[in-house]
Amino acid sequence: MPPGPSDPGFDTLALHAGAAPDAATGARALPIHLTTSFVFESSEHAASLFNLERSGHVYSRISNPTNAAFEERMAALEGGVGSIATASGQAALTLAITTLAGAGSHIVSSSALYGGSHNLLAYTLPRFGIETSFVKPGDIDGWRAAIRPSTRLLFGETLGNPGLDVLDIPTVAAIAHEAGVPLLVDSTFTTPWLMRPFDHGADLVYHSATKFLCGHGTVVGGVLIDGGAFDWSRASRFPELNQPYAGFHGMVFSEESTDGAFLLRARREGLRDFGACMSPHTAWLMLQGIETLPLRMARHVENAREVVGFLVAHPMVAGVAYPELENHPSHALARRLLPRGCGAVFSFDLKGSRKQGVAFIEALKLFSHLANVGDCRSLVIHPASTTHFRMDDAALAQAGIGPGTIRLSIGLEDADDLIEDLKRALKAAERAA
Amino acid sequence: MKLRVNGREVYAYTGGKPFDPTLPTIVFVHGAVNDHSVWTLLARWFANHGHGVLALDLPGHMRSAGPAFASVEAMADWLLAVLDAAGVHRAALAGHSLGSLVALEAASRAPDRATHLLMLGTCVPMPVPQALLDLCKSDVHAAIDRVVMFSFSALGAKPSYPGPGTWLRGSSRALMRQVVAQGGEGRLFHTDFSACNDYRTGLDAARRIACPAHLVLAEADQMTLPRNAREVAALLKAHVHTVPGGHFLMQEQPDAVLDALRSALGPGAAR
Repeated sequence: MPPGPSDPGFDTLALHAGAAPDAATGARALPIHLTTSFVFESSEHAASLFNLERSGHVYSRISNPTNAAFEERMAALEGGVGSIATASGQAALTLAITTLAGAGSHIVSSSALYGGSHNLLAYTLPRFGIETSFVKPGDIDGWRAAIRPSTRLLFGETLGNPGLDVLDIPTVAAIAHEAGVPLLVDSTFTTPWLMRPFDHGADLVYHSATKFLCGHGTVVGGVLIDGGAFDWSRASRFPELNQPYAGFHGMVFSEESTDGAFLLRARREGLRDFGACMSPHTAWLMLQGIETLPLRMARHVENAREVVGFLVAHPMVAGVAYPELENHPSHALARRLLPRGCGAVFSFDLKGSRKQGVAFIEALKLFSHLANVGDCRSLVIHPASTTHFRMDDAALAQAGIGPGTIRLSIGLEDADDLIEDLKRALKAAERAA
Repeated sequence: MKLRVNGREVYAYTGGKPFDPTLPTIVFVHGAVNDHSVWTLLARWFANHGHGVLALDLPGHMRSAGPAFASVEAMADWLLAVLDAAGVHRAALAGHSLGSLVALEAASRAPDRATHLLMLGTCVPMPVPQALLDLCKSDVHAAIDRVVMFSFSALGAKPSYPGPGTWLRGSSRALMRQVVAQGGEGRLFHTDFSACNDYRTGLDAARRIACPAHLVLAEADQMTLPRNAREVAALLKAHVHTVPGGHFLMQEQPDAVLDALRSALGPGAAR
């Protein structure tokens, strides 16, 4: 075996994985394949595509060349075997769950979740017979105790909402594997640049690609990635993957692909039947974002550290929840699992009332007041007057939110300008007392 | 389907259709630290076009009981016993890398039982650097990474395998990790690659082949360099099909490999 190239690094993969100059035109940038469907060469060719005798594209709900480049690139960056692009992060979560669970199934989930995920698990899925037990992410015994014979997966966020609890992926993954179930992780806040959950034992990862992957606040999308390490063929809980599937000519997915059975079923069933696919135009914009992900994430984290440093020292700030701070409950875990940084989304507590929180928000000029994170522009939201405005202070406290809690998503502006903006708004909050 | 050979269970993927031994049979033998799943597209195509298909897991690999065999010769004897167990007298013998040596040796031991010899990603002999053999003992995951690095020629080969959205390097790495975990970590890796390295009678075997032979070689193969297949190709009087891509050509170029095999098996290949 002669000397040869080494495996490409992260930055190279972010630019090249899954794509090459267009064979038909020579176009260097990936074309946007805005087409619903693809012409068959012959009836025999059509039949072979439908019957999985050949690889290729039939209809863009199932696969599309632009989407495939995005899917392969994300799998490369995460260290997985492949992925499926979806209409949103919520669609990716739903696809993961519905591929593995059905009526009578059970999920064990971290309680520190994005509100949309919590709604799906706590209110929507029970209507379809899927129950969820919630445990605090740091309650290791709680994870183990909550597993039932009907449990199909364990689920958590790399950095849990709203306090940025770091999920102890190695430990929770070991508990999942002891029980013969996979660990699914929402990695939206960290992106593969900060952490690759598969390296720590997770089995499935998904992102709201809307956030840092896209990076520019332009399109909504998601992606579900398989690490390829979970042995579905031996897992008695997953007949969907290791028994014949009537919906695809009796296919046994774990026999078709030793490492990609989950994705085969998810695409051939979930994407086909539920149809929450990504537009090729969106996939192209996601790829544009990913090409600069390493540069952007480094700057996001650098700016976040500057802003955290400013807020921690400010007299109007009661506390900052950022795992790089020594007083954060997940500080030790963060040092171990997130050595490059803890991202750019975090909350802090203003000393004061809801009214002061509102005054703070309204005085900001650079930070945009909206319900999103992971934009290149800095964003802010005051949960007590927006997402959680129906809750009284006691209910807010139950959710880990105070009347003065402010969530920031730090963008790519000059850090000095962001700090100046915050300084002015904090003064306005002080005056509103 | 499951067969029993010498008292041990053998797994054969049959292309999504029940195996019919009365049809022309094609047997696929995978390479080192792989399993049947590297053949599934081809297996499905041939199974749906008039063939009986047996894509095997070698002993000690995933679904076939171990232990793994240490020599190509032992694997060849086992392959002929598999044909007996499946009720097949003659078959096209197709193999990739290590599997190509097994097919060659089996066809030479029982020339009347091979209708065709199809060797993919091959060279004869097939020496393995001592550094790789040593690495698999000390760090099998590093050894797997090394093989993956040298086995793909591009970062975005299309249409991907087994379908769009698969990252081929990651998929190959995950497959090998599962196979070695199943087969005793570094031991299986070392056994398979040593079997390639130690098989020194391949050119003699080639002289005994009576059936039509075809080599399918990848032009950017860094594991089994195409130039190192010239001698065996000449001895076999083989038709050489050159396709783009690297050593894992079924994954990088599934359509080109299908075209080559269809051509190799003749007009009767698409019935």
